[in-house]
Order: sequence, then C-alpha cells, then structure tokens
Amino acid sequence: MSKLTTMAGMLLGTTLLSTAAMAQTELSLWYHGAGNEVEAKIINQIVSDFNASQSDWMVTLESFPQAAYNDSVVAGALAGNLPDILDVDGPVMPNWAWSGYLQPLSIDESKIADFLPGTKGMWNGELYSVGLWDAAVAMVTRQSILDELGLRTPTVDEPWTGEEFMAALDAAADSGKYEYAFDPGMAWTGEWYPYAFSPFLQSFGGDIIDRTTYTTAEGVLNGEAAIEFGTWWQGLFADGYAPLAQDPADRDSGFANGKYAFSWNGNWAALGSLSAFDDAVFLPAPDFGNGPKIGAASWQFGVSSKSEHPEGASAFIEFALQDKYLTAFSDGIGLIPPTPASAAASINYTAGGPMEVFYELSAKQALVRPVTPGYVVAAKVFEKALADIANGADVGETLDAAVDEIDADIEKNSNYGF
Amino acid sequence: MAAIAPDNHGLRLVARYAVLILIAVIFIFPLIFMLMSSLKPDQQLLTDTESLRAFLPVGNISLDNYLAAFRRAPVGLFVFNSVLVTGLTVLLSLVVCSLAAFAFVFIDWRGRELVLTLILATLIVPFETIAIPLLLISANLPWIGLEGVTRGWLNSYQVQIVPFIADGLTIFLFVQYFKDLPGELIEAARVEGASWGQIYRKVVMPLAGPVLATAAILKFLTMYNQYLWPLMVVQQEQYRPVMVGLQYFFQLNRAWGEIMAYLSLITVPVLAFYLFLQRAFIASIASTGVKG
Amino acid sequence: MASKFIRSNRIGWLMAGPAALLMAIFVVLPFVFAIGLSFTNQRLISPNPTQFVGLANYEQLLGVGVLTLEPERDNAGAVIRDKSGALTYPALRSFTRNNADYPQYDGMREWFSFDMGESRVFLLGRDIVFLKAIVNTVIFVLVVAPVQGGLALGLALLINQRLRGINLFRAIYFMPVVVSIVVVSLLWRFIYDGNSGLLNNLLGAITFGAFPRIDWLGNPGTALGSIIAMSIWQAVGFHMVIWLSGLQTISPTLYEAAAIEGASPWQTFRYVTWPGLRNTAVLVLIVITMQAFSLFSQIDVMTGGGPLDSTQTIVFQAVERGYGKQDISGGSTISVVLFVIVLTISFIQRWLTREKK
Repeated sequence: MSKLTTMAGMLLGTTLLSTAAMAQTELSLWYHGAGNEVEAKIINQIVSDFNASQSDWMVTLESFPQAAYNDSVVAGALAGNLPDILDVDGPVMPNWAWSGYLQPLSIDESKIADFLPGTKGMWNGELYSVGLWDAAVAMVTRQSILDELGLRTPTVDEPWTGEEFMAALDAAADSGKYEYAFDPGMAWTGEWYPYAFSPFLQSFGGDIIDRTTYTTAEGVLNGEAAIEFGTWWQGLFADGYAPLAQDPADRDSGFANGKYAFSWNGNWAALGSLSAFDDAVFLPAPDFGNGPKIGAASWQFGVSSKSEHPEGASAFIEFALQDKYLTAFSDGIGLIPPTPASAAASINYTAGGPMEVFYELSAKQALVRPVTPGYVVAAKVFEKALADIANGADVGETLDAAVDEIDADIEKNSNYGF
Repeated sequence: MAAIAPDNHGLRLVARYAVLILIAVIFIFPLIFMLMSSLKPDQQLLTDTESLRAFLPVGNISLDNYLAAFRRAPVGLFVFNSVLVTGLTVLLSLVVCSLAAFAFVFIDWRGRELVLTLILATLIVPFETIAIPLLLISANLPWIGLEGVTRGWLNSYQVQIVPFIADGLTIFLFVQYFKDLPGELIEAARVEGASWGQIYRKVVMPLAGPVLATAAILKFLTMYNQYLWPLMVVQQEQYRPVMVGLQYFFQLNRAWGEIMAYLSLITVPVLAFYLFLQRAFIASIASTGVKG
Repeated sequence: MASKFIRSNRIGWLMAGPAALLMAIFVVLPFVFAIGLSFTNQRLISPNPTQFVGLANYEQLLGVGVLTLEPERDNAGAVIRDKSGALTYPALRSFTRNNADYPQYDGMREWFSFDMGESRVFLLGRDIVFLKAIVNTVIFVLVVAPVQGGLALGLALLINQRLRGINLFRAIYFMPVVVSIVVVSLLWRFIYDGNSGLLNNLLGAITFGAFPRIDWLGNPGTALGSIIAMSIWQAVGFHMVIWLSGLQTISPTLYEAAAIEGASPWQTFRYVTWPGLRNTAVLVLIVITMQAFSLFSQIDVMTGGGPLDSTQTIVFQAVERGYGKQDISGGSTISVVLFVIVLTISFIQRWLTREKK
C-alpha cells in the first residue's frame, strides 16, 4: 500500500473511531435506590452491562433516596430538569403521564406479553411504563401459630371468609400469648395505607373511586359496603385486635419478636420473616364478600417526555427486562418476578420456594389501585380517612368528607381528562 | 460583669449544683440516648429503650453502626457539602446583614423606614410558602462560572447559598443590638471626621462580638438543618447536604442503629461550631463587660 | 448640611443595598408570586391552563356558616325525646349535602355546636381541618410564647452566676438547640412511645406503677401538649442565651446600688433587672412568636397532623395542600392567610410593647 493510502486509511479509521465515540449519546437515569445497597448493586450492574453491550448509548445513573424521590422528580419537572429514563411508582404514573412528564414507551410489546398485569403501566390505552417486579401483600404468620390455635390453613382457592378471619383473631387474642392479635402496619404512614388497606375496602365491595367513570367517589367510598368496611376497620382497633399507635421499630421487628400473631405485610419484608422463623407462611387475604383482593404495581421505568432520545431510553428499558435481571431483583429484595421463567429461576418464587404463593396471589387476587391522575390526591384523602376512623371518628361522616374532597379535586382538574 | 454574687458556702452551694445538674440531665438525656444507641446492634437497641439501659453503654457495643453508615451513604461528602454551604452562607450573611443593619440604625437615608419595614415583614413568611416560586426563579437565573454564562442554578452550591445570605431575622438581631450601643461613640467618631466605612469597621464591629456569635450560630443551625430546599434544587448526589442524606437511611432496609450513628455523626460539626463560638465570643463577655 | 445628606443617602443605599437586593429577589419576589397564585387555580403539575378564580380559594378556606336547628317535634308540636331524654335534631347531613333549599351550606361540615334553649346552634365551616389548624396553632403560640420565654429567663438568671463550671452547664442547656428539629422529633418518638417509651417507663418507675401508660402522641388529648413540651425543650436554650446577653448589659453599678439600699432579690429583679431587659424582652417575644407560628417539622415527623386533627397546624396544612395534594394555589392561599394573621399580631405586639412616654 502506498503511503498515501495508509495515511488515508488511518485518517478514515480515526474519523470513524471518533464518530463512534461521539455517537455514544449520554442518557440519564434516575432511580430510587440510594441507601439500599442491594438494589444499587443490581441497577448498577444493569447499567454497566447495557453500556458494554452496545456503542450507541451510555447510561449514567443518579440515585435518590426513595422517601424523597417523588418530590425530587416533581421539583425537577417544574425546573425543566428531568432525566431521559426515570423510575415511577405504578399508581403515580397516570398523574405524571397526564401532566406531560412521560411519553409512551416504544418497546417491543411481545417482550412483555407474559408479564404480570400489575407491572404494565397503561394510560389512555398506551404503555407508559413497565416494571421489573411486582409487589404483593399477604397475611404473614407461622404454621405453628395456626396449629396451636387450631385454625384451618387458607389457600388461594379457599381463603378465609371475613368471619373466619375474625375468629382467628379472637383465638389469638384469647390465647394471651400476643401483645396484639393482628398487625396491619399503622406505623408505615404514607402510600402503605391506601396500598395495603384499600384491598380490604374492595373486598367488602367498596372502592376509592368509582372505576366506571373515574369522576366521582360517591357511592363507592361512602356507600353501604364502604360503611361496613369502616365499621370493621374501626372495630379492629377499638376492640384491641390491632395496635393503633405503633412506632416504626415495632413494625419492623414486632412480628419477629413474637408480639403479633398475624402481620399484614408486603413481600419486600417477607425475607425478614423467613429468616426469623423457618415455618413462616404467607396466607392469602380474607374474603369479605366481594372476593379477596391485594394490591399490585410497584416501581416501573418510563421515559420522560422531554427526552431527546426516546429510542435509546426505550432500548435501555427493553434491555433491563431480561429474565436474569428480573431474577436478580427478586433474589435481592424479595419482590415478585414478573414472568414465569424468571420466577422459576429465582430462589424464593420457584416451585416449592418459600414465597411461591405470592406469585399465584399476585396473578389471581391483585387489583391495581385506581388508574387515574387523581390518585395522588385520592390516596392522601383516603389515608387520612383511614387514620381518623381508626382513631374513633364517625365512620359515615368521615367517609362523606373524604368523598367530598376527592370529588372537589376531580372537578377542579376538569375531571382529569375523563 | 453583672452576675449575681453567689453564696458560696456549704449547703447552699450543693443545692445550687444539684438544681443545675438536674436541669442538665433533662436537657441532655435524649442526646445521650442517641449516642448510646449508635453503639448498639439493632435488636439490643430496641429492647433497651424499655429501660434505663437506653442510656448506658452496655451490652454488645461497637462501632459497627458507624462503619455500616459510611457504607450506605457517602457521609463524608454530605458533611463536607453541608459545612461548605453553611460556612460560606454564615460568613457572607454576617457581613451583608451587619452592613445593612448599620445603615438602618446609624445613617439617615431616603427610603430607610420603608425598606426596613419590608425586610422585617419577611420574618413572617415561612420558607415553605415561597419554595416553589423560588425554585422557578432559581431555575432561570444566569450564572457566570467556569463554562461561561449558564442558565439555571440547579445542582450547585450557589443555589444553596445565595438565596439565604440576607434574611430578616439576622438583620433584626443586628438592628436591635446596634440600637443599644451608646450613640456617643458614633458621634465622637463623626466629629473626628471618620467615614461611615471606618466607623463600621473600627467602632461598631469590634463591639459586636455577642451579636455576631448569636447570629452566626442561628444562621448555622438554619442552614445546616435544611431539608426541603436542597431536596428540590439538588438532584445530583455530589451536592447533597446531610439532611437529604438522612433519607438514605429510611429505605426498605432501615436499620435504627445506623440511623443513630448517622445522626451522631452529623451533629458533631454543629456542636463543634457552637463550642468554638462560645469560647471565642460568648465567654469573653464575662471578662470584658461590653457596656460599662 | 445638604452635601452631607446626599452622601449619607448614597452610603446608606450602598451598605443596605446588597441585603435589600438579595431579599427582593429571593424573598419578596417569590412571596408576591405566591400571593398571585392564591388568586388562581394553579396546580403543582397539570396540563390544564391556569385560570384566574378571584377569591374562590379564600372562600373555600375560610367560609363559615351558622345554622340553627329546631328539635324534632311530633304532629301535636311537642318535642320528641329519645330513650335517654335528650332532644333529637334532624340530621345535619340532610342540610349540607344535596339540599337545594340551602345551597350556601353545601359541602360544609360541623365545627362545633352548642345548645341555646331548645334549639341547637351549629357552627359550620367549609374547611374544618384548616379551622382546627388555626385553633391549634394559636393555642401553640399562646402557650409556648410565655412558657418558653419565661423558662428561658429563669434559666438565664440561673446561669448568670459566678460558679465554677457554669460554662459547662450553659453549653449543655444549649445543646438541644444545636440538634436539628427533625432529629429531635425522631428521638422523642421513642420517648413518647405508648407501649415501651422512656417517658412512660420513667413515670411508672417514679410512681411505682401507679401512673398509667399513656399513648402521648396517639391520644388526641395529649398529642398537642406533647409536641409543645418537646418544642420548648428544644428551643429554650437559644432564648436563654439571648436573655443572658441582655442580662450582661445591665450595669453592675445598678446592682451595687440596690444591694446598698438593702433590696430583696425580688425587688432587685423588678426594679433593676427587668427594666434593663426591655429590648431583649421584645426581641425574645417576637422571635418566639414567629417561630411558633411556623410550627411544621415536628408535626411532619411525629404525628402527620393527627390524631383526629389535634396537631394540625397552619404551615403543615399549607405544605400538605401545596405539595402533597398538588394544589399549589390552595397552599399559597393558606400562606397569605398566615401572613395576615401574624402581621396583625405583630402590630398588636408592637402597640402593646411601645415605649410609653
């Protein structure tokens, strides 16, 4: 080769190289895992694997503490400073989509065909977010407690009825061995209340918002079924079955310390119970008349509307949906893997695994929280109503006031687009 | 020094000390609880709260919680950020506010009453009220930095410092203090032909020890303990201060021992600052006697 | 003289300028913005355009009504009494919900009621939670201002002695001030815990088990009081230091004169100490009042406004409305109302503490 050709070749080579380097566009990702080593490790792994697997995109991760995450995103949105890819909590997603923070995903939908329904964030008929896990709630107790109190073990197909559940609580209370028969988790104020307790309301036949129209809560939150629920809820505390004022340390360790016979807890805390007791069992929710219900939908990934590279963002999300990562998250933090394949590969959710039942529970009993931008306000109103009723306020009046507030909010926002 | 002459004999002395000590216990016991808890493993920590053991370094004590806290969050970075932001704000604030107070108290100028009233009126405005509008403003202000003129102050140190340099309370403290200074000193200096700047530097400020210390510690506390504002304007970990860092410990894997360790760690700079100020300024009043 | 005045003008503005400019941009401007927001229906995040709504937010917040109900009567006109002999009244709900005859009461809830003869008078409000927040905040200020100020003065007098090691005690009394109120709230949650809290344990130990275990923060009757006690504990050291520097400006010759005349400690305090503390007293009172009206962090960490709204405060409502429920215009409305309340009170304070000629 002549010198000229070599030079040309080198020049071409370096140009190509530099173009390739320049073509690696940066994508920013915000995640809520700061302070949680396990989650941080896995997400970091996904990011570096993605960056290594292709040369078009380079994802950089910014971690936030979960408690402050939503506020940070809202502030960022106000200031016009959102990342390309962001994490969004399932029930909040419609609110952010309606406000214009998110744009629909452009991923291959066949890849998520067999995902649990709770992990897919749909709004207005489009897919805005998808999650790498689902979360569920169950009644945690020990097989030995069930045996001691002579109780039938409920199964997913034959859960306890409301009466059976209360009889179980009575038995636990009468035995005298527990400070309280039942721990619903009143110490976890915030989104836990609507997430964990609205399934009870739904099992009685009520709901937070009327899902046929999404424009009012009248009749569902203050109808007969709801009042029944409210009376039952109030009775739990008034009759001494459950602790009302609970300090967070007790919630974290009370069941493991034998203070409570039954604990209504999410599967992210289940690993703790499993390590405390080797006969920990996870029972399905009781059926109060309208079928047993549990919550669904947890953190999901979405693409921000201001992102200049939605294809790259969607590519990252698609990459993260691989079974091996789903299994990694499940093994690490105990949450439900969204696909049967990843479940089978996981430690806890494989056939015969200690938390296998959650997968079935999630598939059969999960009901997502109301899919409306108004959920953000409705959740807060509902949380306060639950707390007030638990403290002894008049059930009918409290629920009426809650309905009024939710309805007023929906009206003020032009029905949130419905 | 205008101290009440004590009766230093026998029983009355013991009685005095007993009262002082009893009150001291009331003020310090939660902090002792925090410190002792930071040395204990979580399980023991929680059971100990039920008895007097909460205040005693008994059981399985170690520094494990501290090591774990450092692993969980970049504690050193957060403390550095907080100290930097707080220190700069305090310094600038002392200068800017004392200058303004000097002008309000000693100089007669057009608009003085109006501006002072406006500034004092802002004492009433709680920060949460103006946080959102302030966020919008800060996102659009220009800044001249290493990259030239950039727009928006988010994710920086200046956004945590500049809005808080001038505040109504600090100015109010200085104004009240300056009002109490003897007017003859100023008059004498004016007669001798000193400029306002010289009077500020050489006559008034040397006497301002106590109020400088008070204003400094108050400002330090306010800035160091900020949570809402840094949360809103800082989205990158490298600029986060300690109170936002506290949220790192309230994740799903909450560990109370680590929380206590973190709280103990972040209290140290403030305590140190206060003790330094006390030694340098407050204790000195006793010996010099400010006003005759 | 004219040239001196002009020069003073320039120097005055020069020295006060930086502070004035900073405050104008970072405090006054946002607040004006917030006032403007209160006349709109601006949401925190929303695709809907903002609309001007005038005083609607204020009406919604402060609207009150009075309704007098007659007891239920039977066909002959005699009052019907229930089993316990009490008078019965028609359900309030029937008037306040979906009743076309009384549109002005639509959506209101009962704040409180009292009996007047046979009728019952109901005081209704549109926003009961906010009205309770105002009441709680005012109670908090009325209790904290004198108690904290008074305790701080007592401590300052105590510390103002020439005893060995007095500086150590002063440092210890100041320590709670140094710790963030959020940290203090977290620690005191453990102390106030109803089951195994330190306070309950201590009281139980002192009274040999006679004292019942009280759920301090979970009981509507004791929640606000517990917050008050904790807030005073945290802040009193700071005001002690302010009183102290005021005490130390009182000339010792005055004390000597009083001693020579044989004055008692009380007389010394009343005629020598207290007059010298006038300016300090004003400062302490104003600062405590301002800080008390901004009560927020303790509530946010410890009780969230409950139980049963017994610890709701104005600023807490403003934050919950504005951020939690994304109604930034509602939050701003509350802030403006707070501003007006505190402004009125500070005018009253200034008038009360004005120099009497």
